[in-house]
Amino acid sequence: MSNASKSKNWTSPAALAIPKEGYFTVEQGRYGPTYPRTPACHGFTIIAKIKPGTEGDIRAYGKRIEDTIAASPHALAPLQLHYLRWVLFDIGQDTYFMYQGIFDTDFDKYTEDAIQLFKATGVDTVFEKLEGFPMDWKTNAPAFIKFVREHQRPSFLEYGEYPYVSAAEIKKALALKDAFSTMLDQMQ
Amino acid sequence: MTLELDDIQHFLLTRPRALAARYGFLSFRRPDQGRAWLSGIIDRVGRGRALDSGGPLDSRWVTVAFTFNGLRALGVDDTCLSTFPEEFRQGMAARAAIIGDTGHNHPDHWVGGLTSPDLHAIVILFARDVPERERCVQEHQQYAAQFPGVEALSTLDLEATPPFEYAHDHFGYRDRMSQPEIEGMGVEPTPGSGTPLKPGEFFFGYPDENGDTGPLPQPEILSRNGSFLAYRRMEEHVGAFRDFLRANGATKDEQELVAAKLMGRWRSGAPLVLAPTKDDPELAADPQRNNDFDYAKMDPHGYAVPLGSHIRRMNPRDTAVNMNRRRIIRRGGTYGPALPEGAPEDGAERGLAAFVGCASLIRQFEFAQNVWANDPRFHELGNERDPFIGTHDGSYDMTIPKRPIKKKITGLPSFTTVKGGAYFFLPGIRALRFLADGARAGASKP
Repeated sequence: MSNASKSKNWTSPAALAIPKEGYFTVEQGRYGPTYPRTPACHGFTIIAKIKPGTEGDIRAYGKRIEDTIAASPHALAPLQLHYLRWVLFDIGQDTYFMYQGIFDTDFDKYTEDAIQLFKATGVDTVFEKLEGFPMDWKTNAPAFIKFVREHQRPSFLEYGEYPYVSAAEIKKALALKDAFSTMLDQMQ
Repeated sequence: MTLELDDIQHFLLTRPRALAARYGFLSFRRPDQGRAWLSGIIDRVGRGRALDSGGPLDSRWVTVAFTFNGLRALGVDDTCLSTFPEEFRQGMAARAAIIGDTGHNHPDHWVGGLTSPDLHAIVILFARDVPERERCVQEHQQYAAQFPGVEALSTLDLEATPPFEYAHDHFGYRDRMSQPEIEGMGVEPTPGSGTPLKPGEFFFGYPDENGDTGPLPQPEILSRNGSFLAYRRMEEHVGAFRDFLRANGATKDEQELVAAKLMGRWRSGAPLVLAPTKDDPELAADPQRNNDFDYAKMDPHGYAVPLGSHIRRMNPRDTAVNMNRRRIIRRGGTYGPALPEGAPEDGAERGLAAFVGCASLIRQFEFAQNVWANDPRFHELGNERDPFIGTHDGSYDMTIPKRPIKKKITGLPSFTTVKGGAYFFLPGIRALRFLADGARAGASKP
């Protein structure tokens, strides 16, 4: 995919149907198979059952992330994110947490950086409320990574209106637009 | 926590001046003879303490390390073996796709028996000069002759090439410009080299940069004071490299600038951040200045050091997070004859045979290979790999930022070929005794 994606044109919207396992051919990353870059970039969707009675704590953590970013806008920069979507939903009597992230690199590559960041921002308070999450994760990176991979649900379709464009490229384009606007203002 | 310098092998702690070396790759056809061989050689193995004491130095320095299969062959039981990290258990060849050893770098083409499950150990000899190496090799051969069950699968001789005043590779780049220092060794890092790193980044049993000490591979007597080594034998295609420079630079100065842009330093070692347009050999030779720079503040767009250049990939400094969790210690040297300037390619194999020392192969060595060297999208570059240690097939580019318009070299050729590699565990001295005694817990006392 990586070679194919080189020629992708952002002006041409694209959709990609993805096999059940989440990849077309097995490409080994350090911690397991890597997932392809799609028109909607890289990403993962982790779905896990929460421990009973913890829904309030998890929801409250959303506010904490909001405050963290307000105080330190680049706190999550190492994750190379476009978007995060956190969702809680019920199936029968159980409540599930969905952590969906859209970002610009296969998560295998920066797994350790992500764990380091989770420690720094206290995301552990959410993850530790998920059933099966290894409580020794701070010193046991492989166990944390195993949990993420076991609970990752690959997309079977991804679509991009401006496909294969990274967050950095989008920010560069917007900065260029701002610079041109300023230049035109100066020419008046 | 004090480093146990009388137990840690000297290999990653300090670097005595050596102009020659021999690497011996061993197989224990008979484990009892392997243990006996090891038992007799332990006293020859250099310790951190001896080199730290400032006393008279020997003129040779012996190091011994083992593959996963070697630990098994010496009697370490399966329960203990299973506590070693997965990547070490698999071995480097099995991790080829992950670290980028594909195409002409694939283990199918490696030499010296390094992909064989029979590769059990490496004995590394660094010597003051070639005559001293030859003397030591003879001495070891006489010793090893007592143990016909210990077979040398292959050997590799290394020699520095002129000029001998400083370390450099066959391409002519000055080496050893940026090495991490370890907390507790009392060595002040040179300006720009960061703070000393916690010993746990390199040695088992000590706190790492996160303050963690474990979990340790078992038994602790085996793992404590140990490290992992990733060995790489990499041929350097000097003729092809010089052809490339000539094709991309009309004058000698232009060729030198292209060479500098690929590396991020002039071949003298002067960093482009501090000497962007003209070489500065005095700066290159001054350790107080030659590593004293960053990227985010001093060269954010790569006008001096291209984003894809070798040193900007292997040590992104202030443009990467958690850098102290990615640092490695490099050891090694050059092998093969120098190719004189102006001489045509002679087809002789020449290159670097080096070790990367770390506490975590997957977090340190494999990360650097997988992400920094071989991820084409590193730093948003899109279609580039490390110009020297990335795997190339002629389809990758090299962007050289330049005002007003960047220069892009397309179809970068391959300047190197990986000829071999292996993962080794470098035990402490007590651990060597434990192994020599049959890896029986309680068999060896401190």
